[in-house]
Amino acid sequence: MEIRAIGCEPLQLRRVLVENGHTLKVYRDMDGYTSLKKALGMTPAEIIETVKTSALRGRGGAGFPTGMKWSFVPKDSPKPKYVVCNADESEPGTFKDRYLLERDPHALIEGMVIAGWALGAATGYIYYRGEYNYLIDVMDAALAEAREAGLLGRNILGSGFDMDIFTHTGAGAYICGEETALLSSLEGFRGHPRMKPPFPALEGLYACPTVVNNVETLTAVPEIIEMGAEAWRDLGTEKSGGTKLWSVSGHVKKPGVYELPMGYADMEKFIMEDCGGMLREDKKLKAVIPGGSSVYIMNTGQILGKNVTMDYEGLVAAGSSVGSGGFIVMDERVDIMESTRNLTQFYKHESCGWCTPCREGTDWLVKIFDRIAAGGGRPEDAQVMLDLCDNMEGRSHCPLADAAAWPIQSAIQRFPEDFKKWLWNKTDNVEQKELTVNA
Amino acid sequence: MAAVKPSDYTNQVTVTDEVAEFSADVMEEITSHLEKYPPDRSRSALIPLLFLIQRERGYIDNPGVNFLAKFLNLEVTDVWETATFYSMFNMHRVGRHHIQICKTLSCKIMGEPDITDHICGKLGIKPGETTPDGKFTVSLVECLGSCGTAPMMQIGFDYHEDLTLDKVDRILSECE
Repeated sequence: MEIRAIGCEPLQLRRVLVENGHTLKVYRDMDGYTSLKKALGMTPAEIIETVKTSALRGRGGAGFPTGMKWSFVPKDSPKPKYVVCNADESEPGTFKDRYLLERDPHALIEGMVIAGWALGAATGYIYYRGEYNYLIDVMDAALAEAREAGLLGRNILGSGFDMDIFTHTGAGAYICGEETALLSSLEGFRGHPRMKPPFPALEGLYACPTVVNNVETLTAVPEIIEMGAEAWRDLGTEKSGGTKLWSVSGHVKKPGVYELPMGYADMEKFIMEDCGGMLREDKKLKAVIPGGSSVYIMNTGQILGKNVTMDYEGLVAAGSSVGSGGFIVMDERVDIMESTRNLTQFYKHESCGWCTPCREGTDWLVKIFDRIAAGGGRPEDAQVMLDLCDNMEGRSHCPLADAAAWPIQSAIQRFPEDFKKWLWNKTDNVEQKELTVNA
Repeated sequence: MAAVKPSDYTNQVTVTDEVAEFSADVMEEITSHLEKYPPDRSRSALIPLLFLIQRERGYIDNPGVNFLAKFLNLEVTDVWETATFYSMFNMHRVGRHHIQICKTLSCKIMGEPDITDHICGKLGIKPGETTPDGKFTVSLVECLGSCGTAPMMQIGFDYHEDLTLDKVDRILSECE
């Protein structure tokens, strides 16, 4: 598996690529914790302004501007405040955070302490997906090193600021990657998402002001402080600052974690050159899911010769989105009906069951897919599935129902042949609405 | 002997008031989990402690749940409510080696079906079942975040990646 930066110096991957990057010694040798020192000399408002200027957007999937999220936390609240790191990486196709957690834990600690200082939080939690249990020891060791060195705990680096960070584990639930479900889970409950508002910035963990950020978002913070907001932003584009990690899997010669500057051009070159091209040279590219299973699937007509830039705006213009950066490449051997069925089974399994449209909708969809796969496809099935998707999209507390609907809507529209052959060649009358993506 | 299916357990559930007991060392470990959370928020330790119950007792059993309810000052139903939500908690005994094969898209297109057929054929069980000697359980699970090194499986907490049939044979032969 490849781990490398293309089109920029390795930034997020800097320590991931060196031996013992997970130790405090190596981290410090590579300028670690200098940003924290710098940040503690800034006011919280200056830090939030810096993060805003950097155009850093949440790397977990939603792409919400991080600085803005931080600015929603009330400064005058008498309640304790919390910084929570979302390490519940479970979007199919996404595995970048695993390498950051395993090989560069101090970057996350440093990012969280800076966030804590900016927000006035004295406690941080890192919520690991249960299956990443084997990585918790790495982080606990790093936390102990940081405490020992006065980088965590009381009076951090003599600044008078106190903060501690703890690891916490989930136990196998995709939904806990949704921030309010994560907080329910962290409180010891079932991972049901909560109604918003109130947003976590006002009432999050234990009904106190809370910021929940993805691992990659928080590890970017020390880099931003160190190099300055403008310099970091200018690595990418005006609206999508910095660099982004892409988890590449599927039918390419060199799958792996790639760090690209936002706005990298272009997707075709990325697949055919940077990732080594198609795994089997006699098999042509058929489809790409560029941002984890929850984004629109793309066909070759949207990629080849289109000069698609890899950033939030570029991918939306091309008809999909960045999501979590889980980049799944499929060659012509893959039947898109089958691949969509596979993802729908995932969403059915992971629906938390709270909202009826999602719980029942995903179940019906799987039943229809299973019948089609068993040879019992009916001409009206494509329309029935699209109608079901319409009744799920936007009709649940959290975006899981949307995430289940989007792959199906885009697959039926962009790979009609793959459905036709299962549905007795009679899908011509399907009414399709225009697919729109939020930037 | 036939493979053990989950349904074989459904008639064996007995409700008991028995409360599990643990050694002093384990009790110390249990108590240490509470230090991470505010004193009035001990329920936060529930999921980590359920893992501990599973490690100590093999699965989430009735006496273990009774213990947690008492220890965290919760109702027994509160503990069951949380435990039954999460897929990593086993409500019945599983084999000493719990093989969990990722079946989601990236693994699926990179050869998961062959790996699953091979393992199940070798062990003589279907996904979801346990070998008669109680050594192996095979489960198909959703994405484990190892897509770049697909196909993959997790045995216990250990990741095994870039699987080939030979590699699988070697890994299974090393399981005691």
